[in-house]
This record gives sequence, C-alpha cells and structure tokens, in this order.
Amino acid sequence: MAKLNDRGFLQASNRQPLLFDWIFSVDHKRIGLLYLYSVSAFFLVGMMLGLLIRLELIAPGPTIATAQTYNALFTLHGVVMIFLFIIPGIPAAFGNIMLPLQIGAQDVAFPRLNLLSWWLYILGAFMALTSLFSGGGPPDTGWTFYVPFASETPTNVSLALLAVFIIGFSSILTGVNFVTTIHRLRAPGMHWGRLPLFIWSLYATAWVQILATPVLGITVILVMVERLIGLGLFDPARGGDPILYQHLFWIYSHPAVYIMVLPAMGVISEIIPVFSRKPTFGYKAIAASSVAIAAAGSLVWGHHMFVSGMSDTAIMVFSLLTFLVAIPSAVKVFNWVATLYRGSISLEPPMLFALAFVFLFSIGGLTGLVLGSASADVHVHDTHFVVGHFHYIMFGGTGFAFFAALHYWLPKIFGRMYNMKIATIAWAIIFVGFNLLYFPMMLVGLHGMPRRYYDYLPQFQNLNVIATVGSWVLAIGLLLMFVNLYRGIRRGTAAGNNPWQAATLEWVVTSPPPEENFSQPPQVSHDPYDLQQAGKP
Amino acid sequence: MTTQRDAFGARLGMWLFLFSELLLFGGLFLLYAVYLARYPSDFAAGGQQLDTLLGTGNTLLLITSSLTVALALSALQQGRRQLCQMLLCVTILASLLFLTIKGIEWQAKFGHGLFPGGAELETLPAGQQIFFSLYFVTTGLHGLHVLIGAALLLWTLGLTRKGQVSAENPIMLENSALYWHLVDLIWIFIFPLYYLLL
Repeated sequence: MAKLNDRGFLQASNRQPLLFDWIFSVDHKRIGLLYLYSVSAFFLVGMMLGLLIRLELIAPGPTIATAQTYNALFTLHGVVMIFLFIIPGIPAAFGNIMLPLQIGAQDVAFPRLNLLSWWLYILGAFMALTSLFSGGGPPDTGWTFYVPFASETPTNVSLALLAVFIIGFSSILTGVNFVTTIHRLRAPGMHWGRLPLFIWSLYATAWVQILATPVLGITVILVMVERLIGLGLFDPARGGDPILYQHLFWIYSHPAVYIMVLPAMGVISEIIPVFSRKPTFGYKAIAASSVAIAAAGSLVWGHHMFVSGMSDTAIMVFSLLTFLVAIPSAVKVFNWVATLYRGSISLEPPMLFALAFVFLFSIGGLTGLVLGSASADVHVHDTHFVVGHFHYIMFGGTGFAFFAALHYWLPKIFGRMYNMKIATIAWAIIFVGFNLLYFPMMLVGLHGMPRRYYDYLPQFQNLNVIATVGSWVLAIGLLLMFVNLYRGIRRGTAAGNNPWQAATLEWVVTSPPPEENFSQPPQVSHDPYDLQQAGKP
Repeated sequence: MTTQRDAFGARLGMWLFLFSELLLFGGLFLLYAVYLARYPSDFAAGGQQLDTLLGTGNTLLLITSSLTVALALSALQQGRRQLCQMLLCVTILASLLFLTIKGIEWQAKFGHGLFPGGAELETLPAGQQIFFSLYFVTTGLHGLHVLIGAALLLWTLGLTRKGQVSAENPIMLENSALYWHLVDLIWIFIFPLYYLLL
C-alpha cells in the first residue's frame, strides 16, 4: 500500500473521538465528505428499491410484490432518490468540498450553518426511513404526494411529508450559504468572469434552492395540516381545489429539476475542457445559460399538468415557455461539443462519463420536447415514456455527472488514484445497462403501458424483460464502479496534486487538501480554463 | 483556522433567508388570490366576521414594535446598552401582547364553532369554509413566526447583557431586527387582505 506523506484534512486530530471529529466538524471538506457518504448510501438504497420494482415488472401479474407493496416501492424509490440523493448529491457533496477551493476561500461563509444543514438532512432522512416502519405503513402516494389521495390514505404520509419539509429547510440553508460565499469570499483576482463554470452552476442552483423550496415547504405543511385537522383547502367537497395543490407542488418541483441538473452541467463544463486540452468554448454563454435555465425554468411548471385541467391558453403559454428552456440547454450542449472540436481528447474515466452525459442528456432533452408539446403529451402522459425520459435526464444526466465528478475529484479529495482500466470497464457496463434499462421503457410507453402499476398487458412483456435484464447489467456496472473507487481511495497509487493538469484553483493545493485550504489568499492571475497555466493560482 | 467577521456577508445571508420566508407565505397568498376570485361574496361574508378593532390594535402593536427594535439597534450603535436592552424588552412585550390578542380572537371564533373541523364551520357555504381555513393557517403560521421572532430577540437580549452583542459587533441584533421587520411586513399584507378589503 503506497503511503501518502500528508493526509491533509483527513488527518485525525486526536482531540476527541474520531467520529465526533467528523460529525461535529465545521470544515467544509469534512461536511462535504459526510454528504458524499450519506448520498452514496441512499443511492444504494434507492438502487435496491429500483431493482425490486424492475423485478416485479419482469412478468405480468403479481411476481414478487402485491399492488400495495409495489405502490410503496415506487414511492420510496422516488422519495429516496429525489430528496436524499439527487437534490443534495452534487451541490451539497461536491459543491461543499470544491466551492471554497475553487474560489480560493478558506471555507464557506457560514461554516456552522453548513454543519446544521447536514444534520437537518440526516434528521429528515431518518424520519423518512422511520415512516416506513411506523404508523399506517410505508407511504403509497408516489413521490408527488398528490391530493386528495395523499390526504386520505391511511399510510404514514404525514411523517414522510415532515421529512421532506426538513430536508427542504436544509436545502435552503445550503443555498443561502453558497450565494453568500460566492458573493463575499472570492480570492483577489477571482472576478465574476473568472469563476469556474461549476461555481456558476452552483450559484444559479442556490438561487433556485432559496426561492423555490419554500413553496414546497408551505405545500407539504398544508397537506400535513389537512391530514391532522382537515382544512378542506384541497377538498372539492368543501370548496377546495386539488388542482391548486398540483400547481403549488410543481411551482417548486419543476425548478427542483434544475436544482438537480444544473450542478451536473457544471461538472461537465469543468471536465470537458480539461480532457480536450482546450479552453472552454463560449465561457460566457455557458455561464449565462445556467442563470437563464434557472430563471426560465421557474415559469414552466404547468407542463406537468396538461391533462389535469387547465385552460387552453394556459396550456399554450406553458408549452411555449417549456420550449424556450430548451434554448439555454442546447446552448450548453453546443458549447461542449464546440469545445471538443479539434481538441486533443483523452478518454480517461471522468471524460467517458462526461461524454455519456452529453449523449444521454441529449436523448432526455429531446424526448422532453415530445412531452412539452401539449398535443403529443396527451398521448404519452403517465406512461412509461415519461419514466424513461425522466431517467434519461436524472440518471443519464445527473447520475452520470455525479459519477464523472467522483472519478474527477476523488483523487484530489483522497490523494489516491483508482484503477483506470476497471473504471473504464465499469463505465462501459453502466452505459450499456443504462440504455438497456431505460430505452425499452420509452418504447413500451409509446405502445401505451401506463406507469405506476404493478401489472400490465401480456403484449408488453418482451420490452419489460429487456428493461429488467438491463437493470441487472446496470447494477453490476455500478457495483464494480463503487468497489473500484473504494479500493482506489483506500489503496490506490498517489495521485499527485494535479493528475489531470487542470487549471482551476483546487488543483493548486495538495491532494488531499490541507486542513487550512490556502496558507495565504491566492492571487488569481488567469482564467479557469487557461490550461497553459495549470497548477498556478 | 482564523474566523473573520463579515457583517455584510451575515446581512446578505439573512436577506436571502428572508426571501425564502416571503415565498413560504407567498404560497398562502397565492391560494388567497385564487379562492378570492372564485368565491368573492363568501370571502366578503367571512371577512366581516373578523374583529377589525382587534386586528387594528395588533397592527399598531407590530408597527410600534418594529420601531422599538430599530431604536434598540440605534441605541446599541451609540453605545447606550441600558436603553437598548429596555427597548428590546418593550419589543418582546409587544410581541407577547400581539399573541395574546390573536389568542382572544381565535378563542372567540372557536366559541362560535368556527375552527377547522368544527361543526359550525361545516354548515357554512364552501367559500366561507375556505376563507376561515386560510385565515387560520395564515395567521397561525404568522403567529408561529412572531413566536420565533420573539425568541430570537430574547436570545439577542441575553447576548447583549453578556456584552457579546455590542456596538462593535451588532450583527446579531441587526439580523434579529431584520427578521422582526419581516414578521411585521407579512402582517402588513395579512391585515388588509383579511380584515379591511373584504
């Protein structure tokens, strides 16, 4: 086992028990790692639930689960993956670690608030898991908690809603922290035009977290109070309107899609120039498109409700706005591809995941246009087509970006390199498994198979079998990847300070970074993707 | 690791947090707008049952307490700690008085069976049921914020007595005062919407 001379911030302080050293640390790198471990653990939980869902769908009729169990399975899969993995995944884990390093700061603006965010997240996660085993049994509403079902089902929805509220609060605090940090703690010379694109994406995301999450907060409060004392605000029998719940829910939850995907785009914007050995093409356009996506994305929630009951005018407006969001998204894709053009491309694992992101995200984005156009949406609404599209964005997009970030930054965080060959094999298996799993879903959806049923007509079976086999392939690839990364951070060869020869500031410090990021504030003298200057502040 | 005080940053963080509070209430105001458009006459009938006198009293209390907390900050910055502490006590008392009056108002409504799930309420037309449900949720959530604000001010008072909040380091009082102004501001919207306009 190769020895590292300096374990940096990972070095135990011996001042208190090791566990306390971590769970009460206010160091942004340690908090980021706490998040990284937590979100990875919940990813594995969500993955197991997903595998069970697919296993149930391998044949028509009840296979391994009853209808009620199946409802609980997809609800939990959604809640765990959305609220415990994807939303905090990249911003809270990698954002926490890399934000201060990339802008040349010692820490985030409010380190203790940062620790509080993690504790709230853990508290929320604990409550979400408790809701499975207490009260009226695991929630069965789907992660969207639509009323009137959510206010009437006897399952333990209230506790799950409280968990969502608390995790939302944690997300708001992280957003407040990041915006303040980016405004106040940039090193000398790190002006807005030199911010790494990952930071730009975190900045846009943080604003969405601050402004959209409270609307989810009030919505889940209303459903909780409804269940507790019966307000009737969403109950048609008492003058309420359940459609209003859907509006309030999606006013948050559509922008939340951008909370999930914007940081992922930021990761890709970091990786592509480094592995093309070229400055990024259209830096300003990529930065501005992050902000444009955040802004325009806040106005399109109605496209989730084309068949719920809205005026035709509203449908036209929401459909138009939805198409508009495609523009800044496409700006990013074109700029990434233009960065690749005539670059000196090296297909190392982070780059492979990033390229897969561009490919899969494009499929997800284009199928999103099918759903965004109101007339086509009527046909595929609530079918497996939606499930396939959604996973191409969330997993093919954000998930792959998360894996890309793991392969890109873990050598910095732990100072050790994983096995490149195994990482490449794992990537290939994941890529194949992913497409085997989700592409048939879109096909079977076009044929008319609805989502959220444990059962289906016999003619849908072939495609479902392919998808289920795909889920196994995907799981094998993921396990191989995680084992390889784990072995890498435990026993890998020393990575050096700048294994990828990148030019952003986190590569200037040692790997692992020292407890105190910079002995003195760095004087930033070059653009983030000026690769000639790699290794210099 | 050295910690630097960044009062501007702390204020910025508080403002961002206040934005999120505004949007929390924004959801309720959105429901108000939609249901008012749907049931204008029921909302008017509901609004007339609210006690405008008590509502006005509470409004005056909150506005005055916003003034006293602002004066407390000025006093602290001028180094007049005694005065600052006294003004903070006045603010906290005003908040408690506000909650008491709110309690009396709710009590009266409960006495008439007007509470969510109450027998009397369920006999009313649908629009009035919605009105009272919204009224209780909105004023309830606001009352909770009054309570949180008062607790924050009480804590700040303690820190002022210990000298940890001082003319050199007033940020905790500044931020508590900002939060208190938010509580006031939201009431300034609730009061006309529920008590005056209808």
